[in-house]
Amino acid sequence: MDAPLRLIAGNPLDQLAKTIEALLVVASAPLPVEELAEAAADDPERVEAALGLLGERYREGRSGVVLEKVAGGWAFRASREAAEACARLFEKPAQRGLSQAAMETVAIVAYLGPCTRPDIARIRGVAADSAVASLLERGLIAEAGREDAAGGAIRYRTTPLFERVFGLESLSELPRLDDLGGDVEEIRDRLHAVAEKRTA
Amino acid sequence: MIVRELELDLDAFEGPFDLLLTLVLKDELELRDVDVAAIVLAFVERLAARDQLDLDACGEFLVLISALLELKARGLFPEEAAELAELEPEAAAEELARRLAEYRRMKEAAAWLRERLEAEGDRFFRVGPAPLAPKVEPQLAPQDPERLAAALRLLAVPPPEVSLAHMALRFPPVSQFLERFRAVLRRRTLFDFDQEVGELPRIEQAVALLALLELRRSGEIAIEQAAPFAPIRISRTDVEREASWTLRSA
Repeated sequence: MDAPLRLIAGNPLDQLAKTIEALLVVASAPLPVEELAEAAADDPERVEAALGLLGERYREGRSGVVLEKVAGGWAFRASREAAEACARLFEKPAQRGLSQAAMETVAIVAYLGPCTRPDIARIRGVAADSAVASLLERGLIAEAGREDAAGGAIRYRTTPLFERVFGLESLSELPRLDDLGGDVEEIRDRLHAVAEKRTA
Repeated sequence: MIVRELELDLDAFEGPFDLLLTLVLKDELELRDVDVAAIVLAFVERLAARDQLDLDACGEFLVLISALLELKARGLFPEEAAELAELEPEAAAEELARRLAEYRRMKEAAAWLRERLEAEGDRFFRVGPAPLAPKVEPQLAPQDPERLAAALRLLAVPPPEVSLAHMALRFPPVSQFLERFRAVLRRRTLFDFDQEVGELPRIEQAVALLALLELRRSGEIAIEQAAPFAPIRISRTDVEREASWTLRSA
C-alpha cells in the first residue's frame, strides 16, 4: 500500500518551491535567501534547496524565464534566447549610452565607495559632477551618507541595480584592483626615463 | 597655424582656444570641468592635418597648455598643492606615479565593466524603481511638531502697530499765538519775532507768523523789518500812536 502513495507524494519541497516562485514573480528586485525564508515562513536551508529545484526548472535553454543569483539575491530574468524580442519591447535605460566618464566614475564608486565627488575628481583629474548626476539618475549609484563633519561632502555607493545591470552576484566579483595593471613601479620607471631624456 | 584660433569642441566649452583662456581667466568657466587632454588632442589633430611641423605654434601651445594645467591642478588640489610643493623631486615623482597608477587601474576597471556590460547586453529583467527616476526627496531629520507650532504661532501674532505720528503735520491753532503775542505785548511794548519763536519748530513758527499777520490786520500791532532777513520787530500800535502824538505835541 505504501509504495504507490510515495509515488504521488512528489517532492516535499514542491509547495515551498511554488511559494518562492510566486515571491520572485512579484518582487521587483533580487531577493536574498533570508528575505525569501521570512516571507515564506520557512527555513532558509529548505529555501536554498527549493531554489535549487527552481534553478533546474528555470535554466537557460529550458525556459523563457531564467532564475539567476545576482546582486546578492535571487531573481527571474528573460532567457538570452528572448533577448532580441525583449529589446524590441523596451530598451534598457540604466545602461543606455553610458559615457566613458560615467564608466570610470562608476568603477571608482564600485571599488572605493562610499566615496565623495572630490574623491572621484582627485582620481580622474576632472570634475565628476555631471557623471555622478547621470549615474544617480540611472539608479546605478546612490547617496550613502555624508563625510564625518557636519556639511561634509555626500558619499556615494553603487546600488543593487548596478550589480544586476553588470550581472554581478556581488561587488566581490569585480577583479582585484592589483590585477588591473597600473603598476606604480613601471609608471615610475617611465617617468624617470622621460626626466632623464629631458635633462640629457 | 595660430594656436589662439584653435577651434575646440569640448563638453564644457565650444569655441576658439583664446576665448576659453579668457573665460578661465575671468572665472566665468570652471577649469575643473575642462578636459585638458581633449584640448591637447584637438591641437595634435590640427597639427597632424598639416604636413609641416610648426615649431612656433607648438611652443606657444605648450606654454599655454602648461599654464592651464598648473591652474587646474591648483584648483583641484588646493591644500595638497602646498604639500606637494614641499616634496623633493624624487618624492613628487613617486606621488605622481602613485596617482597615475591609481587612475590607470580605474580606467582598466571601467574597461572591464564596459566589456561586462556588453557581454550582459542580452540579459533582460524587471526593475523596481525605474531607472532615470526623478530624484528622491532628501529626508529631513526628525523634528518636534511643537517647535513648528511655536514658530507658526509666532507668525500668527499681529505685528505691533507702527506709529506714523512723526509723519503728520500738526498745526497748533493760530489763536494760541494770538493769545501769546497779546500777553507779551501787555508786558512789553516791543518785541523781536525771532527771539520769541526762534526755539519753536518750523511749523509752529509759520503759525506764529500767521498770528502776527492777523494781529496786524486788526491793527493791534505794527511790524517792522529793516531789510530782508533782518529781525522782525513788533510793537503795539497804541504805543506808536502815543509816541507820534507826543512827537506832534512837542
